[in-house]
Amino acid sequence: MRETYFSHAIRETLAEEMARDERVIMLGEDIAEYGGAFKITAGFAERFGKERVRNTPIAEGGFTGVAIGAALTGLRPVVEMMFMDFITLALDQLINHAAKFRYQYGEQARVPLVVRCPAGAGRSYGPTHSQSLERHLVATPGLVVVAPSTAHDAKGLLKSAIRCDDPVIFIESKVLYGRRGDVPEGDYTVPLGEAKVVRDGEDCTIVAYSRMTEESLRAAEALAAKSVSCEVIDLRTLAPMDTETVAESVRKTGRVVVTEEGPLTGGIGAEVVARVVESCFDYLQAPPQRVAASDTPVPASRVLEEAAIPSARQIAEAVVRSIRAG
Amino acid sequence: MKYDHDEIIEHYRLMLVIRRFEDVLDQLFGEGVIVGTSHFCAGQEACAVGAVAALRPSDLVSSNHRGHGHFLAKGGEPRRLMAELFGKATGYAGGRGGSQHMAEFSLGFLGTHGITGGMIPVATGAALSQKLLNTGNVVLCFFGDGATGSGAFHEAVNMGAIWELPIVYFCENNLYAMSMPVAEAFKVTSIAERAAAYGLPGVVVDGNDYFAVREATGEAAEHARSAHGPTLVEAHTYRHYGHSKSDDCGYRSAEEEAAWRARDPLKLMRERLIAEGSLTEAAAEALAQEAEQIIADAIEFARNSPDPDPETLCDGVFADFD
Ligand SMILES: Cc1ncc(C[n+]2csc(CCOP(=O)(O)OP(=O)(O)O)c2C)c(N)n1
Ligand SMILES: [Mg+2]
Repeated sequence: MRETYFSHAIRETLAEEMARDERVIMLGEDIAEYGGAFKITAGFAERFGKERVRNTPIAEGGFTGVAIGAALTGLRPVVEMMFMDFITLALDQLINHAAKFRYQYGEQARVPLVVRCPAGAGRSYGPTHSQSLERHLVATPGLVVVAPSTAHDAKGLLKSAIRCDDPVIFIESKVLYGRRGDVPEGDYTVPLGEAKVVRDGEDCTIVAYSRMTEESLRAAEALAAKSVSCEVIDLRTLAPMDTETVAESVRKTGRVVVTEEGPLTGGIGAEVVARVVESCFDYLQAPPQRVAASDTPVPASRVLEEAAIPSARQIAEAVVRSIRAG
Repeated sequence: MKYDHDEIIEHYRLMLVIRRFEDVLDQLFGEGVIVGTSHFCAGQEACAVGAVAALRPSDLVSSNHRGHGHFLAKGGEPRRLMAELFGKATGYAGGRGGSQHMAEFSLGFLGTHGITGGMIPVATGAALSQKLLNTGNVVLCFFGDGATGSGAFHEAVNMGAIWELPIVYFCENNLYAMSMPVAEAFKVTSIAERAAAYGLPGVVVDGNDYFAVREATGEAAEHARSAHGPTLVEAHTYRHYGHSKSDDCGYRSAEEEAAWRARDPLKLMRERLIAEGSLTEAAAEALAQEAEQIIADAIEFARNSPDPDPETLCDGVFADFD
């Protein structure tokens, strides 16, 4: 199979979907000739024209709303939010409009929209360019939230997202852009709403998504050397969440550690743990553990940022705590 | 001359310091000494220094992502700005903020910020407190042409206008928002024209001319101080570097860049001061060397400063709950 960058897998998918379906258009800041802040759409304006690859003013609320309106009436827009941090400016349109149209207007309403969000820390960009804000979106019924961890899944999930008739928030870890992985050429999809067991194990379940999946696999590898066997689950879709795949694993291992790049309070981990406790309380041999970022803004300085954001070491420590607990 | 000679020379030196600060940063990023990102204001020094020169020391300034010049013009110490860019504990934000997130309220500097347009409402709120607390101070709010596409700009300027707040909305129109040329971002040919939509005066000024900027901002500030409300000032200028450290400026023509470099604000000021007899070539050279020295000292300070202590990571999230 062919190896390619996570970022190139996304570029290829966008190009394939634009070629496949005329209704797919793109909106965002500097996405035309410039190719976007992370160069994902380099060459698109030339290939597909600036009617379909539209540079917008710096108006996230406005252009997200425009995309929602276009989605409601026949187009399938893909919005690039230059940094996920800026999605805050579009939350009214997403939460009060996109997420509710189907429920309130009924079957006539569909919002086939994708909002692509480069997210996460690790580049010393500081408090307004490093956040993982998925918690705010997962808490809104009507929004699909997807966060791939590999180039393969990025392509397959993005295809599914573009073909989905619901609004999808598509989270792209900025650090993962530079990772390579096996990606089939041509068309394939990865289903939305399905988690994946990415490593089999017996002693503890580690639940992760996006960049924390690779940190979890690293932790599992290190623990294997100490004869601790971890099962690692990549959630892939955060909403609607695939509780069953997680529960099945926890029923087997009896322990669970959940990890994410966003802060601890009110995070994805809280939701996963609540579901695990509800669905497999009797199987748990130890209290569930959450490994998340500090409850602070993301600091810029490298030493502080490293202290704020979890890594394989903290995940491994949480697994050990869980095993020692019972 | 209308202005104090020593003060003008001091401001020229300040512009040299800002230029040197940005030039050196570019090198430090290139060498990997500094990480993260940064937006250089080289080419726009006359806006920062000329506009702040029109204020009283107790007046307030708000900034944006391209804010090193604004901060230095409002009295920021090069050492502590540099330390912030190095991510050090001695920086203005203790390393927490970096280039885009630092402030010093004791200097009346309300902060650089990473959200385009986000500080325009905040600055408007600062003007509301100046009015209600009767401080007699005005707020100078810097933003770029791109920020005028945001809802925050329209909403805030309208409130500033209806409440006749003591604020000067100062737009540095450097012709691009990242790669987006102004002609693609709005249909009006002048941002100042938009002032009419809020019932405000709008003025256009040569943003590379320190004296023109100072003059226009001075009038706007006195208008605001005497309870006549905001003015929208549009200053035409140009950034010498790319948008941020990763931008190669493929969207600008070499001719355009050359034409603006020929109107470099430092060059214009130097030529004018020499022509007027306020400055000699030798004195100008000495000022440039002083500026180099100040920045060399700032780098030395930043290098030798300690990293922030990771133990302090969770301190100070709240005022009342730590
Ligand atoms: C809300 C928001 N959207 C987008 C960005 C990304 N961004 C940072 S600066 C910038 C361009 C700003 O242009 P302008 O206001 O003209 O200022 P300039 O960079 O030209 O000084 C963009 C798009 C951001 N920081 N915040
Ligand atoms: Mg600009």
